[in-house]
Amino acid sequence: MKFDRRSLLGAAVLAASLGAAPAQAQTEIQWWHAMTGANNDVIVKLAEEFNASPKDFKVVPAYKGSYADTLNAGIAAFRAGNAPHILQVFEVGTATMMGARGAIKPVQDMMKEAGESFDPKSYLPAITGYYSTTKGEMLSFPFNSSSAVMWFNKDKFRQAGLNPDQPPKTWPDVFEAAKKLKAVSPTCGFSTAWITWVNIEQLGAWHNTPLGTKANGMDGFDTQFQINSPLFVRHLQNLIDLQKDKTFDYSGRTNTGEGRFTSGECPLFMTSSAFFGNVRANAKFEWGNSVLPYYPDVAGAPQNSIIGGASLWVMGGKKADEYKGVAKFFTFLSNVDRQVKLHTESGYLPITKAAYEKVKASGFYTQNPHLETPLLQLNNKEPTDNSRGLRFGGLVQIRDVWAEEVEAALTGKKSAKEALDSAVSRGNDMLRQFERTVSR
Amino acid sequence: MVERRRLLDFLPHLILIIGVAIVAFPVYVAFIASTWDAATISNGSMPLRPGPHFAENYYRTIFVGTSSSTREPVGTMMLNSLIMALTIAIGKIAISLISAFAVVYFRFPFRMTAFWIIFVTLMLPVEVRIFPTYKIVADLNMLDTFAGLTIPLIASATATLLFRQFFMTVPDELVEASKIDGAGPMKFFVDTLVPLSITSIAAMFVIQFIYGWNQYLWPLLITTKDNMQTIVIAIKKMIVTQDALTEWQLAMATAILAMLPPVLVVVVMQKLFVKGLVETEK
Amino acid sequence: MEKRVVFNGKLLPYLLLAPQLLITLVFFYWPAGQAVLQSFLVQDAFGLSTEFVWFENYQVLFSKPEYYKSMLTTAIFSSLVAFFSLSIALLLAVQADRHIKFASGYKTLLIWPYAVAPAVAGVLWLFMFQPSLGIVSQSMRVAGFEWNPLLRQDHAMMLVVMAATWKQISYNFLFFLAGLQAIPKSVIEAAAIDGARPARRFWTIIFPLLSPTTFFLLVVNIVYVFFDTFGIIDAATQGGPAKGTETMVYKVYSDGRSGGDLGGSAAQSVVLMVIVIALTAIQFRYVERKVQY
Repeated sequence: MKFDRRSLLGAAVLAASLGAAPAQAQTEIQWWHAMTGANNDVIVKLAEEFNASPKDFKVVPAYKGSYADTLNAGIAAFRAGNAPHILQVFEVGTATMMGARGAIKPVQDMMKEAGESFDPKSYLPAITGYYSTTKGEMLSFPFNSSSAVMWFNKDKFRQAGLNPDQPPKTWPDVFEAAKKLKAVSPTCGFSTAWITWVNIEQLGAWHNTPLGTKANGMDGFDTQFQINSPLFVRHLQNLIDLQKDKTFDYSGRTNTGEGRFTSGECPLFMTSSAFFGNVRANAKFEWGNSVLPYYPDVAGAPQNSIIGGASLWVMGGKKADEYKGVAKFFTFLSNVDRQVKLHTESGYLPITKAAYEKVKASGFYTQNPHLETPLLQLNNKEPTDNSRGLRFGGLVQIRDVWAEEVEAALTGKKSAKEALDSAVSRGNDMLRQFERTVSR
Repeated sequence: MVERRRLLDFLPHLILIIGVAIVAFPVYVAFIASTWDAATISNGSMPLRPGPHFAENYYRTIFVGTSSSTREPVGTMMLNSLIMALTIAIGKIAISLISAFAVVYFRFPFRMTAFWIIFVTLMLPVEVRIFPTYKIVADLNMLDTFAGLTIPLIASATATLLFRQFFMTVPDELVEASKIDGAGPMKFFVDTLVPLSITSIAAMFVIQFIYGWNQYLWPLLITTKDNMQTIVIAIKKMIVTQDALTEWQLAMATAILAMLPPVLVVVVMQKLFVKGLVETEK
Repeated sequence: MEKRVVFNGKLLPYLLLAPQLLITLVFFYWPAGQAVLQSFLVQDAFGLSTEFVWFENYQVLFSKPEYYKSMLTTAIFSSLVAFFSLSIALLLAVQADRHIKFASGYKTLLIWPYAVAPAVAGVLWLFMFQPSLGIVSQSMRVAGFEWNPLLRQDHAMMLVVMAATWKQISYNFLFFLAGLQAIPKSVIEAAAIDGARPARRFWTIIFPLLSPTTFFLLVVNIVYVFFDTFGIIDAATQGGPAKGTETMVYKVYSDGRSGGDLGGSAAQSVVLMVIVIALTAIQFRYVERKVQY
């Protein structure tokens, strides 16, 4: 009887191990992301496609909420020893991730170790520059990139007596146009999503004006903010003045206000170029987009804009076998035709030079000039220290502080100068705290 | 004079009807939104009457899921929520019953210490100690499990206190009678005490079921897999979007579905619910 | 108050207490201890480097005006919710008490919001008052009222107060109605015979008789706003704009979020724990006394 039971047990173990065998051979790769809408479908489709090819790896995407929620979840999971393999982090989180060298696996190293062919030069420098060290080592894999552009409602332009084929080029032009547009859309002449990204971060790069010392932090964590310089104060003051009669109307810190453009409420709206998919799907009017406006009296403007969006970070401490799978997946993502498809369908930027060239050659942009606007803008001039990218530790939290100060200014609680001075000093405190924790 | 009386009689009704209407209005709006399409809502042109997409939206929500964000069908999430709520409610009641029994019917060293250890946890919600608690659950390998989702929330000073209070009112004669019959403490507990407490238990169940169902921050952190999500966190995930517009119609359908079970419990078991509220706050 | 008759048992009571104690120790005291420890540390987001700094996190915390602001926000939020939910509930309860045969029907129609999750309540109200597509904010705009909770702190505060009040009315209504029904009819009739008008009767006789209920509800409402409104705030305003709706509990979460300032967040947890333990001790004495009466 005893014997029987043992042999039964043995058989069960054997059966279990046999049953488990195929599952074990397939290494699971956790991919946490923040994509919603059509882009979420894109992610799921990519994973399915990758998993369908006869390989030993299975990519499992999981939606973790907003960009900030996803980063939060990733960090909490890492601290608990349970990080995913791939974490999608928005561009402002770059320095936070870079500062944690022990927590991440640089993409370039991983590709090399896994034996995947990988040439950093085949990627668009305007994009990878943001995610590379000063020596050019690529740390994370750009996934969805965009830049801020200006969207406009051509129907409203006509009603207001503006030329729909001549969108305003400079900020003074924008303010003039917005005043006229207010006649046909009384609650909002123009507006922007991502208040600090558009009105501080992009503004600085586009005007070749530094946000902080040390090449916007690229050359070291001991950087100081400079966003209280005249350009920023002047721009914020303009917004404050225009907010009073709704020529400009605030739409929040993130992109939740974007519906104001597609609903027709705000005829002039600055936000991500990746807004394309929604505009195409939901706007019931004729629309267009163009490059960001600039102040013509600022020397060097327009320079080039910087990217937004997110990149894929590979978390540290995983098995070599798992990294192999991640590396294979990144190679899969870099495929030219796949990049072309992603770009033309989602509106995010292509990340390889080959993909960009291929789309250009196909004549796609003459039909869809909206998709080329951000690329023209990013490549407008050779990037300078002020327009290569941002690398401020803790920028995720600092952005909130900046937004707070801007909100205080827009409601008239502070002057533009006071708000930005305070944004600088509070931001510097946070930079120092970050510096203190990473430098040891 | 009679007219005036009628008016006076009607006034309280009028105030109450207005009150009921105001209380119901947000839910009415949510329901209306769940019957329109995304474009109508996001263009801000939704009327206050039901639209034509009721069946489509609810079918998609329950069986297909919101393709745009949470993916998992809400049906699965409701099942997760149900398991979570039931486990929390039953678990809380079970461990509180026996610990209250120990504190009331036994004399032993450190009795009051034990009671205080439990009591101090009365008001401190999980939000305040969220990060360390998360770490511990991860260390115990309980992420993405129902155990991790429920056990940390099962400790309950409220229920322990309630049962302690109730046991105090049980006449001592019953214990004496039970002792004369030669029954041990567990027999007394099972045969006498639990049957006597049955309405208190049911009332507690109603309150704790709602508590469990409505958990928010804890499941948000602790579940990483799509198929472990609960319905309440799904709504929050549906309304934040990256480079996409919120599918309000599905979010609102989910909100309606998320409210339905606990609201039904309250309305159907109103007497027990009221008893539970009154007793827990004593 | 103690039982006269008890069972004997050496091991059994400990076994009975074990599950509750175990869960409490593992999931309450252990993390609480971790929070105390963390409050003495400065750490990077990923926990890769750690420095022991004694009380520096506390010093920083109490030197920052933002912390006092969150206390003030909590106080304003609590008093507004308590005031509105109590007075609306009292008004409704008094009306229902006048028509006692309909009272239970109205009760059913009024109590259910209690069962709605705070996060869901936040979403419902956010949806109605969303500046661009909200059905109420649109009507307000037509009426010429500029509603913008994204920018105006007072508007955002109104939004969370409305959502929190909405959820709490049902609870207060139940207790007020019970309190009213417990007042002997003879007292009111006597006052009526004396010729007191209804309004006067209410303020001079009924309201004072309700004061224990009112006091109890006041305490419960403040505790509710402190701890149970997290979901409402997170869904509706995320503590914004410019931290205008950031309560103390929400600040613990938002400061520790993304590993931003775990030490500071832990220090705030410890401060809250101390407050709560003190409150619990007071409540315990209050509860014990009430039992004896």
